[in-house]
Amino acid sequence: MPGTTLGKQKKPFGQWLRTRKVQQWLVIIAFMTIPLILLVTFSYVPFAKMFEFSLYKMKRYDSKNNKFIGLENYLDVFSRDDCFNSLKLAGYYIVASFIQLAMALYFATILCFKVRGGSLFKGLIFFPYLISGIAIGFIFKFFYTRGFVFDTVLSWIGLNPESLPYWLKDTRINNASLAATSVWRYMGQNMVLFLGAMMSVDPTLYEACAIDGANSWAKFRYIMLPSIKSVILLNMILSISGSLSAFEPPYVITGGTFGTSTYFVMMNSLAHEKGKIGLAAAMAVVLMGLIFIVTIAQQVIMKVADEDWREERRNKKLAKARKKAEKEARA
Amino acid sequence: MTAKMKIGKIAWTIIKYASLLLMSFIAVVPVVSCVITALKTPEEYAQTNVMEMPQTFYLGNFKEAFVSANMLTAFMNSLIVLVVVLLLSVMFGAMLAYILNRFSFPGRGLVRNLFLFASLLPGIAMQVTTYKIMYNLGLINSIPGYIILLCGTDIISVTIFIQFFENLPNSLDESAIMDGCTYFGVFFKILLPLLKPAIVTVMILKGVGTYNEYYMANLYLQDKSRLVTMATSLYKFTGPLGNQYNLICAGVLITLTPALIVFILCQKQIYAGLAAGSVKG
Repeated sequence: MPGTTLGKQKKPFGQWLRTRKVQQWLVIIAFMTIPLILLVTFSYVPFAKMFEFSLYKMKRYDSKNNKFIGLENYLDVFSRDDCFNSLKLAGYYIVASFIQLAMALYFATILCFKVRGGSLFKGLIFFPYLISGIAIGFIFKFFYTRGFVFDTVLSWIGLNPESLPYWLKDTRINNASLAATSVWRYMGQNMVLFLGAMMSVDPTLYEACAIDGANSWAKFRYIMLPSIKSVILLNMILSISGSLSAFEPPYVITGGTFGTSTYFVMMNSLAHEKGKIGLAAAMAVVLMGLIFIVTIAQQVIMKVADEDWREERRNKKLAKARKKAEKEARA
Repeated sequence: MTAKMKIGKIAWTIIKYASLLLMSFIAVVPVVSCVITALKTPEEYAQTNVMEMPQTFYLGNFKEAFVSANMLTAFMNSLIVLVVVLLLSVMFGAMLAYILNRFSFPGRGLVRNLFLFASLLPGIAMQVTTYKIMYNLGLINSIPGYIILLCGTDIISVTIFIQFFENLPNSLDESAIMDGCTYFGVFFKILLPLLKPAIVTVMILKGVGTYNEYYMANLYLQDKSRLVTMATSLYKFTGPLGNQYNLICAGVLITLTPALIVFILCQKQIYAGLAAGSVKG
């Protein structure tokens, strides 16, 4: 494969241009230049600028006289009441995403077997994923308004509408209301992912299972669950970094009012509305640090879990073989 | 089968269908309530409960929402953005994946890792500084600028194409090269047609994301009279129109109709595409 193109100059230029190595370099340069320029411009330059901005007191994007203030922004991130504290709200979203994964697993398991109207159910549960975030914002503002959709539905099952809280204003409940919309939106997508992983299991395994007289629970426990274990684990860990950067539900539904401002919503308003660009950049750097820690933990956990699983399987096989041998010895 | 097992089986069937029905109900109620409200006349909306069925089949809200939110312009803009972004990200993604998968050259590992690492960077956080770059490049309030940004932050398509290339045998390229085909020829004439399933996957994932993208559109396409997209056209309803839900619901329904049509037409591809796109790590 191509190394150096030197030493080929002895040949005439036209011929040299047609050699494989030169051709390869031509195609590499032609195909790689634009995507790389885009990547650097819109991912790595902003990434580097983030560190630079975080050291300045910046009011506007176009101003020339930004004041260098060292690490003060970082101190602010941790000491201001509204910045680091807003990370606590991530707890609501972590809980919600674990509920979401459990529900997705439950419905994927049901739909994996033969169910009447299965594809209709699947479609209905999945469709919210295809609605744009801003439309979801309006839908749920409407849904949660006092006396509107949610209150009416609850009154159908006998609850007194007067005793219900204000879903988006009551600080005891509003973050849970918001996190629930994210479950509504993404549960179907998780379900489809799990269903895909379950369907990819070798069908002869189920046949073997059926011959052994195993019931549905055994099929789930010993065939489906192990086969999608890594997908579940990956999604669990991804949901943590996703929850740290929870943004859309509060941004589009409440705009961060009534104590629903998550870390990202706070950062967004500091940068684009309140003219504290430096502070927002420092917040972004801190959050990125957290996300990297979670990602590294994810890699480690995935590896360990994988080995665990192999070990477990090996032990089971051994136990089975031992039992079989014992049986045969007795016979 | 014993009686106990039979009862258990029946109970399980009941639980199964009850939970499916309940979940489907939860999934559709917010949208159905929008349909009900959008079909009411303004007077009816003011006087009746939101979950009460409309007396007439009134379509005036859709018309008014369509006109007041400038949705014809929005639809044209969204269409242009969608077509160009899909075309470019399929081309760039496939080209880059071809290079990274088929050639070994100094710096290959570096380029690959640069893309993987970039996928970890949180998009919204990056906009704090990306805004400055867009500003310096004069790309604010410009549809081409918005398109370039969407292509530039596109990493998932590269990953999907690389996975797909790994399953295409190298002997295919080799024999074509032996027959005197150039590398460009191999890519465009032989490999690109074979990539069809991967292209469909990328188009679905990227298409859904692009059509629904509203944060960057709102940030960079500030001139809302000219540069609205389907997603940002809904911002029209945030101001004084903020509590006219008969209009808002109609607007929401208009914007989600294209997604609904695509979903009904290619359900299978969407499910398969999502499953393929999620395989990482």
